[in-house]
Amino acid sequence: MSEVIVFVIFAAVALVGAISMVSARNPVYSAMGLLSTMFSLAVLYVVLDAHLVAAVQVIIYAGAVMTLFLFVIMLIGVDKADAYGRQVPAQRIMTFVVAIGFFAAIALAARSAWITGSGAFGDPEMNGTIEAVSDELFGTWTIVFLSTVMLLTIAAVGTIALAYFGAEVEDEEALL
Amino acid sequence: MTIFIEAGIKVLLAFVFLLVTVLLLVWAERKWVSDLQNRIGPERAGPFGILQTLADGMKLFFKESLTPTKAEFGIYIAAPVIALLPALLIFLVIPIGAPIEINGTEYTLQVVDLNIGLLYILALSSIAVYAVALAGWASGSKYPLLGSVRAAAQMISYEAAMGLALVPVVMFAGSASIATIVEGQQGTFGSFVPAWNIVLLPSFVIFLIAGFAETNRAPFDLVEAESEIVGGYHTEYSGIRFAFFFLAEYINIFNISALTVTLFLGGWGGPVPTGLPTAIQWVLPIVYFLIKTWAVVFFFVWVRATMPRMRYDQLMSFGWKRLIPVSLVWIMLCAVALGFRNFGAPWS
Repeated sequence: MSEVIVFVIFAAVALVGAISMVSARNPVYSAMGLLSTMFSLAVLYVVLDAHLVAAVQVIIYAGAVMTLFLFVIMLIGVDKADAYGRQVPAQRIMTFVVAIGFFAAIALAARSAWITGSGAFGDPEMNGTIEAVSDELFGTWTIVFLSTVMLLTIAAVGTIALAYFGAEVEDEEALL
Repeated sequence: MTIFIEAGIKVLLAFVFLLVTVLLLVWAERKWVSDLQNRIGPERAGPFGILQTLADGMKLFFKESLTPTKAEFGIYIAAPVIALLPALLIFLVIPIGAPIEINGTEYTLQVVDLNIGLLYILALSSIAVYAVALAGWASGSKYPLLGSVRAAAQMISYEAAMGLALVPVVMFAGSASIATIVEGQQGTFGSFVPAWNIVLLPSFVIFLIAGFAETNRAPFDLVEAESEIVGGYHTEYSGIRFAFFFLAEYINIFNISALTVTLFLGGWGGPVPTGLPTAIQWVLPIVYFLIKTWAVVFFFVWVRATMPRMRYDQLMSFGWKRLIPVSLVWIMLCAVALGFRNFGAPWS
């Protein structure tokens, strides 16, 4: 029963956060809305006994990604209001169609799996998510995992190389 | 249902414990710093001035909470609360004593032992950045904004170093649960040296340095460098809202000290002779934990009284160019050592 109560509360918080994220006029409030949504999702993961996913959700999304967003918003300044008038042609109709499609997809998914029930809330037997995930990650999927690591490293090194050497060439041109 | 009642009582006790600790901590810091600087320090309120913090707290509570005209009100009043919450929550996973047994039921002296304990702590300390960043931005004033931009950059940088410093601890303990890590340190090497994780010396040093930076303490207190940016992110705060930031900062100092003790200095471990009354056997581990933690707290204060503030570029290059590479190399060395221990030498 307790998991249902927690679910209802935090699902509501997640929805309110999501709505305020798109409806807030001030980008910092939007960022806060997104943050509360991500946080509620973390709580929902805890309810589902996915503790590791919850921690990672908070560390990566709330801790790293949103801090970066907030940093950028604060640095570029939020006094300039965005041009709300600028619209893609037939934006409202397209939004409507996409929203209908989205809700149809949810309804379809909900038909097969609405609430399937979960393990007991806080069941100590389920408290092994780190071990289970790391067994899969470093056992079954080692090669895939390492390839992903390589991909990300290449992207980071490439970004630094492009930014660094590009700046150097520009400086030379400026000198010439 | 009992699990919720037990947790509720523990949370309440933990909060009371933290508040009393902060009262003592602020007083102790002022006394220690004044001793180190050849001053007398607080002496009027109560014996040895021990009630000074209480008096200051009451004063802050009754003072007017000013709000700058340009402040973004909602976020302005939310920031102190966001600062306090992670500080209170982090303490909940730290065991302050050995598990005790009453009527056949075992009670742990931590509110909850999470399987993801260390990740939980890292996640919450990443939330703490928001308080500083939002407080500075929402004040609508330039010194707080400068302070908060510095703070965000500093806390993100040193959080990476701190996370990396914890990896060898998890590798050797084989678990991210705090209780398991403490229990793993209860043995001895050669039957007299305690088997504390301090043998992972580089990790210990990096964690401690990153802890100084995370709590914005000297020599890394650029966030609130008085000589440059007044009070930093909390310049525009007064009254009870300022008290929240103050409380959060001191709880964080205690948390980092308690964590250092828990992860590297054996937690509540210490010699408990058998044959003593049960009550003393329960209390002794708590005493050991408190002695060690206050020793680390004293180290924090000592460093503050001794070290000058670093320059901002020194801070950043120290974090990114020294601490993080060193901790990465140290993780690799630890992995190699573990490989030897678990699988033997590759050539044998």
